[in-house]
Amino acid sequence: MTHSTPDLSLRHHRREQGLMLALASPALLVILLLIVLPVGWLAWQSIYHDGFTLENYRRIFSEAIYWRSFSLTFQISLLVTVLALLLGYPIAYAASVVPKGWSVLILALVILPFWTSVLVRAYAWLALLQRTGVVNQFLQYLGVIDEPLALVHNTFGTVVATVHILLPFMVLPLYATMQKIPHDLMQAGASLGGSPSHTFWRIFLPLSLPGVLAGTTLVFVLCLGFYITPELLGGGRTVMVSLLVSRNVELYDQWGAASAVGVVLLLSVLVIFLIVGRFIPLDRILGQK
Amino acid sequence: MAVASNTGLGRALFGAALGLFASTSIAANAAEQITFVSQGGAYQKAQTVAILDPSAKKLGITINQDSIPDAWPVIKSQVASGKPIWDVVDVPTGYCLRGGEQGLIEKLDFSKIPNAAAMPEAYRNPYSVAYEFYSSVLAYSQKKYPDGATPNSWADFWDVKKFPGRRALRNHPIATLEAALMADGVAPDKLYPLDVDRAFKKLEEIKPNITVWWTSGAQSAQLLNDGEVDMVMAWNGRVSALTKEGAKVAYTYNQGILQSTSLCILKGAPNLATAVKFLNEAVDPVHQANLPLHIDYGPANPKAFDTGVVKPERVAQLPSAPDNAKKQALMSYAWWASPDGEAAEKRWVSFVQK
Repeated sequence: MTHSTPDLSLRHHRREQGLMLALASPALLVILLLIVLPVGWLAWQSIYHDGFTLENYRRIFSEAIYWRSFSLTFQISLLVTVLALLLGYPIAYAASVVPKGWSVLILALVILPFWTSVLVRAYAWLALLQRTGVVNQFLQYLGVIDEPLALVHNTFGTVVATVHILLPFMVLPLYATMQKIPHDLMQAGASLGGSPSHTFWRIFLPLSLPGVLAGTTLVFVLCLGFYITPELLGGGRTVMVSLLVSRNVELYDQWGAASAVGVVLLLSVLVIFLIVGRFIPLDRILGQK
Repeated sequence: MAVASNTGLGRALFGAALGLFASTSIAANAAEQITFVSQGGAYQKAQTVAILDPSAKKLGITINQDSIPDAWPVIKSQVASGKPIWDVVDVPTGYCLRGGEQGLIEKLDFSKIPNAAAMPEAYRNPYSVAYEFYSSVLAYSQKKYPDGATPNSWADFWDVKKFPGRRALRNHPIATLEAALMADGVAPDKLYPLDVDRAFKKLEEIKPNITVWWTSGAQSAQLLNDGEVDMVMAWNGRVSALTKEGAKVAYTYNQGILQSTSLCILKGAPNLATAVKFLNEAVDPVHQANLPLHIDYGPANPKAFDTGVVKPERVAQLPSAPDNAKKQALMSYAWWASPDGEAAEKRWVSFVQK
């Protein structure tokens, strides 16, 4: 009997693991079927077309249009991420410190536009920002400007609309993290003589970092693949990588020419995270409970 | 693009399933059927009334319809699968040519398509026959350019001193390079082969004055209607739709670029013989003459204008009417499908991006 106890707990442990696997398997299967297989198939197409070929990659690294689009895409994504963080942090902070009723209202206001189609919101921005749009007419009425400003059909308009569309992806993870930060900690800091700004910088901000990281990652990665917004608001000049993907499908008559662009984008994101991970202890920050 | 083609494929499969379902009940009296694919919307509805339903009735066949904004990827994957579902597609003429060269489209035997054989040679090629005409025209705001001071040529479009204002062009080289060359003094009938370098050089000239490079027909109309731009190259049907709604806009057919969609048959189409019969019927002068009664596109068969179906005042509005056609340049899809044309298409992005 004495030696059977570890056996039992081991068996129990194994059974639990098996159960967990069984519970997770539908989700894993969905991921395998809908993400891993198609992405793998597309990646395969990019190097195999009537034989092994690197032509699709040679093109990307030798033609200037790809470099320009990749660099523009990363610049826009970085800018959008920073702006979304600057706008989203105070919103999430406010939602996490005000009484319950108010926080529900704030979050509802954040999520409400989230339920509206991306297309509709892009057109709404067009109506606001264009030459005869609300913003220009109001500024002209006030006499601030004589001639309408070029607020849309360029990178500016694209960035404004993209920040608006991606803001919930910043606010929600931030709020989830901030909500869990115990307020006693700030009170304890204050009781030890810390000023409000001091307790914020030394206690609240570091504890909210997992949310910052999750939010910025989500926004940055989502922005890299944006298609409709630059297409509608970029005036044709804001050629982000996603637009090149669709162009290559039309131009080269094969999936590989387009999927190679996607593969390069995916790999460059992974490389960026590896580099960022060297300087920022990602697992430590995200591992905090 | 991929999304659009996926839904189209989904709809094709769904349509095929419905077709199977339907065929069991009507197989007895309608043995012959085809699947016809066009671009949907008001355009496909107009064809249904003017051409598809009358053709089906006359030939005693069933025409199953499907629609998709961009058929090209689906044509490719259907033919590659070895078992295409579609028979006849109505697509930009360039797709028929490119598809023909790549073995995706059946070569046509014009002895079996007498209606097409009687059409001008420029309106057909070994793989397809023109189905309807539209035109890329110079459109403008009448508020900005009142009568007596209207732009009337691509040279005027390029003349920012005489015609100050904001402009938009299509974010695509097709028809845009043609316009640039006409602005530079090339005669509409001497455009091909296009001098691509000269066209891009001319485009660089106007680039700072282009507010938007538009990507969809709806966008081009919205830009003009909202006063976002004062002058735009747009498709005639889009502009005439605005005028019908009372917008103060107008366009000229002078130096327009006459473009067509064509009918072609998928390689290994399930109902090849019926598809050929349909192709002949679809370009019948009377059916063709009916089309402009329902939508602002011109018949592809010039004989349609001799049928008396279209009233003279309506004829004057149509892009392919003889008087309008002679003011315009006829798009050479053969050139655009050639290696030079493909190279010009690839060059476009680097031009707009800089």
